[in-house]
Amino acid sequence: MRTPIESGVPDNKPFLHPLMAKNYGNWKYHDRPRPGVLHHVAHSGDQIWTVRAGTQRQMDLFTIRKLCDIADTYADGHVRFTIRSNIEYMVSDEARVKPLVDALIDNGFPVGGTGNSVSSISHTQGWLHCDIPGTDASGAVKALMDELHAEFIREEMPNRVHLSTSCCEINCGGQADIAIVMQHTKPPKINHDLVANMCERPTVVARCPVAAIRPAMVNGKPSLEIDESKCMCCGACFPPCPPMQINDPDHSKLAIWVGGKNSNARGKPTFMKMVASGLPNNPPRWPEVSAMVKKILYTYKADARSWERVSDWIERIGWPSFFEKCDLPFTKYLIDDWRGSRSSLNASTHIRF
Amino acid sequence: MSIKQHDTPMLDQLESGPWPSFVTGLKRLAKDSEYMTDLMGQLEHSYKTRKGYWKGGTVGVFGYGGGVIPRFSEVAEMFPASKEFHTLRVQPPAGMHYTSDVLRKMCDIWERHGSGLIAFHGQSGDIMFQGASTANVQGAFDEINELGFDLGGAGPAVRTSMSCVGAARCEQSCFDEARAHRQVLNTFLDDMHRPALPYKFKFKFSGCPNDCMNSIQRADMAVIGTWRDNIRTDEALARKWFDKHGMTELVNDVVSRCPTKAIMLKEVKDATTGDKISSVKVSDSHCLEIDNGNCVRCMHCINVMTGALATGVDKGVTVLMGGKRTLKIGDLMGTVVIPFMSMNTDEDYEALVELGQKSIDFFAENALEHERTGEMIERIGLINFLEGIGVEIDPNMVATPRTNPYVRTDGWDDEVARINARKAA
Repeated sequence: MRTPIESGVPDNKPFLHPLMAKNYGNWKYHDRPRPGVLHHVAHSGDQIWTVRAGTQRQMDLFTIRKLCDIADTYADGHVRFTIRSNIEYMVSDEARVKPLVDALIDNGFPVGGTGNSVSSISHTQGWLHCDIPGTDASGAVKALMDELHAEFIREEMPNRVHLSTSCCEINCGGQADIAIVMQHTKPPKINHDLVANMCERPTVVARCPVAAIRPAMVNGKPSLEIDESKCMCCGACFPPCPPMQINDPDHSKLAIWVGGKNSNARGKPTFMKMVASGLPNNPPRWPEVSAMVKKILYTYKADARSWERVSDWIERIGWPSFFEKCDLPFTKYLIDDWRGSRSSLNASTHIRF
Repeated sequence: MSIKQHDTPMLDQLESGPWPSFVTGLKRLAKDSEYMTDLMGQLEHSYKTRKGYWKGGTVGVFGYGGGVIPRFSEVAEMFPASKEFHTLRVQPPAGMHYTSDVLRKMCDIWERHGSGLIAFHGQSGDIMFQGASTANVQGAFDEINELGFDLGGAGPAVRTSMSCVGAARCEQSCFDEARAHRQVLNTFLDDMHRPALPYKFKFKFSGCPNDCMNSIQRADMAVIGTWRDNIRTDEALARKWFDKHGMTELVNDVVSRCPTKAIMLKEVKDATTGDKISSVKVSDSHCLEIDNGNCVRCMHCINVMTGALATGVDKGVTVLMGGKRTLKIGDLMGTVVIPFMSMNTDEDYEALVELGQKSIDFFAENALEHERTGEMIERIGLINFLEGIGVEIDPNMVATPRTNPYVRTDGWDDEVARINARKAA
């Protein structure tokens, strides 16, 4: 057997565009000549143009080779990817920007995702590859980005908008201005025939955030049982114990969360808040989810002031107004009762009338 | 002879529309591959039944205990060709820069050994080579490894890291993100490749407080660039900005959006000077005046007036620890552990590595099984964690001091004496 070379993180210097290597750490400012294009100027006077395009993230090698062909023909053979799976091409001459943009668009890659646009959706694997997904990721992203394509290629939002999708409550998609997250509504269904062979029972018991799981003998076999009055259907027991099936085609629903922001700009970073749930898991295009995301997104677009992220906007207008403007019912499930929840209550007379 | 494809009426609906279609990509691969034909069959089955059908297992490469995500099909009797569909997590270069040449080589390797499906990138930052049989995993890894790439983390291990484009192309970069990323991570390859920690440990590196790597919300150790001296100004760019945007935007979008009211609009004749004042004319009559002592380095004004305002030159990082996603106690933000450390010399970068080493060592010794750093800190208190890693407390670590009296304070005088002695030293 071959012993691995534990080389770890590769040096990125051989991959950098020569102008980026030359001006490393010495950039002065940037502007955006058009949506999808960044123009950076170095203290040396050197300039570099970056063209950003959306990808499907899960790419077949023909797509990757096509992206490479474009890099070799229209750019300088150097690319990078953003955290939201957009690809970026760098060129050292402004005259090369338009042919590059045209080549990307002609080959089906939308150019955009810069500035105050809706960038591509941060997402995960879903049914394609995950072992615990309640829904798909790539398909949900494709369906929603088809609808939001116009907002990706323009910069017409009050500020940048980050979206994410997650196929279970672990929320690998992460914090976002608007996030779609699986929300299970029924306790797991246990296949007692399999638990003893597949699950390390003490680990599963320890994994439950509300101590609702305990060891039990069922039909003469060592298994687990759930106190269904305690269970809040988070699905944490499912990864270590696959016979505790949490996913249900009908009872696993989708929830919408808003107002997550990782940047420190203006206010401190914020976590997103749940504002709706109970949407059906409806492949292949999840129309109910798209409709609600668009409702919130376009309410924000119309109502927020420039430079307000979704969280800034809601802080200014208040939550009652948010629910009213977005036409969303404020249900009892949206009032937190988890640890630390009292800090989410309104301890003041600050009320907008 | 072409391979007979499964009917995929639901997936077919994801081929239309303006966004690039992963289904079209899957179909191109399936045309000449029974492996991908059955993979599409299983995915369509998931769409139809609204359930997932992959389970984990144990698959790896010689010498490593992690880095491969094993996937075995639960519906292999229906879709036998794709019954094993493992993923190799491969660490990207810092900033995710590539040449077309290296991407083509990756494609060639994956054409020989795998499905032909690659994700740039997974949520942890890995290049995800998705879909290889158990027998093909080692051969694929050997070639990827010979190309200069290495597996990333999985399970209770140091995980693959991410860093922003940073110094390579961003004027807001406050340190050499790529160097820090590479130097820190490559110190902990043993903890990455042989999972033996209580749970995962993630580093992320963002060049400025815009935190494009989303590190505060998801890294156990978030390293974020910042600066201590004054915001730099450029009058030519400031005037250019003002000519384009005008007074209304200057007031509403810049001055009034400063979270600590550190920016004032002044008439040029009333401008003041001082050690902590940055001042720049936007016109012959008006200037912006920034009280740097009350600036929290949020980045907003610099984002709006790029180049006209810029980060300072006394640069370094703020380190926050304990960020994580939902499981098990709910989301936690990282919180300040090091308000500022310089990032200029070799010793500075070594000090960052050492901080990571101490944090991982303490985590390995003290966290419970399946407990993240943030949960551990919540359980034992920040003070115990700081003492464990040898870091002095600092008021920048809290949003507010304690709001309850439930603490035993009979060591108060000794603490005051210790702090005074340290100040005097």
